[in-house]
Amino acid sequence: MRYAMAIDTKKCVGCSDCVVACQTENNVPIGFCRDWVTETVDGTYPNVSIELRSERCNHCDNSPCVRCCPTGASHFEDGGIVLVTHNKCIGCGACIQSCPYEARYSHPDGYVDKCTFCIHRVRKGENPACVSVCPTSCMYFGDLDDPNSEIVNVLKNRKFKALAPEAGTKPQIFYLT
Amino acid sequence: MKEELFVSGRNIPNIDPYLHIWHWQIPIYLFLGGLAAGILFLAGVYTILGKEKEMQATVKWAPFIVPFALIIGLFMLFLDLKHKLFFWQLYTTIRLESPMGWGAWVLMIMTPISIIWSASYIREVFPNWDWKFKFLFTFEAWVIKNRWFIAWPMAIYAVILGIYTGILLSAFNARPLWNTTILGPLFLVSGMSTGAACIILMSKNHEERRLIGRLDLLFIAVELFFIVHMIMGFLAGSQVQIDAASLFLGGQFTVPFFVFVIILGLLLPAVLESLELIGYKVPIVIPAILVLLGGLIFRFIMVEAGQITRYLY
Repeated sequence: MRYAMAIDTKKCVGCSDCVVACQTENNVPIGFCRDWVTETVDGTYPNVSIELRSERCNHCDNSPCVRCCPTGASHFEDGGIVLVTHNKCIGCGACIQSCPYEARYSHPDGYVDKCTFCIHRVRKGENPACVSVCPTSCMYFGDLDDPNSEIVNVLKNRKFKALAPEAGTKPQIFYLT
Repeated sequence: MKEELFVSGRNIPNIDPYLHIWHWQIPIYLFLGGLAAGILFLAGVYTILGKEKEMQATVKWAPFIVPFALIIGLFMLFLDLKHKLFFWQLYTTIRLESPMGWGAWVLMIMTPISIIWSASYIREVFPNWDWKFKFLFTFEAWVIKNRWFIAWPMAIYAVILGIYTGILLSAFNARPLWNTTILGPLFLVSGMSTGAACIILMSKNHEERRLIGRLDLLFIAVELFFIVHMIMGFLAGSQVQIDAASLFLGGQFTVPFFVFVIILGLLLPAVLESLELIGYKVPIVIPAILVLLGGLIFRFIMVEAGQITRYLY
């Protein structure tokens, strides 16, 4: 089992619904976010292209955050989901330094927090909050090891990329381009 | 032209617009760790060589600073933690992959060794010192008899501690300025140099000062070589590393780096120590203090600048 997400940059309109859904679902403290939307503008007028991306923790296969955690608070769950056990985290900040995606932040309560792929929903068979609210249905969540899953299908038929693959982390969020 | 912006807004404290999760505590921790490593290494080596008599400050006086340096350093690490009450979990887990994990263990070994080492000399400083319990006197006698054997692990662990202060940073591939293996040896040599400077400040023996001064000159030369090497390595690296090096080559850290670290912290003390060597009278205190300040500022600059360097945005 390998959970991953594919996000269609051609369908995303940058509404930030995923961000608000996540904040609501996970009680993210005000002023923080576990996911965010970026807009990349390339070229000069009139030859410009715009890409919108909903970004979050990449639940990397080769996670530097899990590797550098001195207490084992950052760890892999089933399906490669990277989680932080709150009462094992000492708040040293090593994982925040180690993340090339800047996906982690120091929660006001002291521990380090980040996207969990809404593991509490996934275990019930539901989609993560961001995926389920997306008004353009531009996000696909699923198991890469299941050949019949929607995400495998969409990755088979579309071109895609990952962010900063040169960082060597084997990210598991794929952007359909 | 390529422009990137956050549509949803993102202004997370200590991360946006640039990462600043580690503040002043970490560079002080790294500085004190390097200083302790330098002193203990030299103390160990001169004990192994059987030169306790000639090198009183190296073997006896300077190591008295080390337990304090290490305890203050550990306290700095503690101050840096955001989930402080859970700090003990560092010592209920062994994670060899995590530099911070094994570094905490190295400090756990080094601190008692340095305390035992200093305690074995305490009655030479305060002849009326009373250990109160008989077993402490027995233990002291045992340590004094076996100093030569304790000096070996002490010198070796000192090298590991010195390298660790660099590896702590170099293990993060997300921070291109830190992500170079030369950082371990560089911080080790810099630590040795600050340790030597500290010994020079404490020594009353002219011959000892001269010898340690010459060693310090060697450390400074190696350190300069490593710094040149580091920057050359960045410039021959990927774009993120070229960007990292440009912080020092025209970027916002150019002046502090070249003025305070290279010129005042390395070149000037090297020149002063060389003048002393060829016979000019130079107050040895000046290069020693310059080396100490240079080492401290170097760590501040590396920690601050490294956190600016990144892959995305």
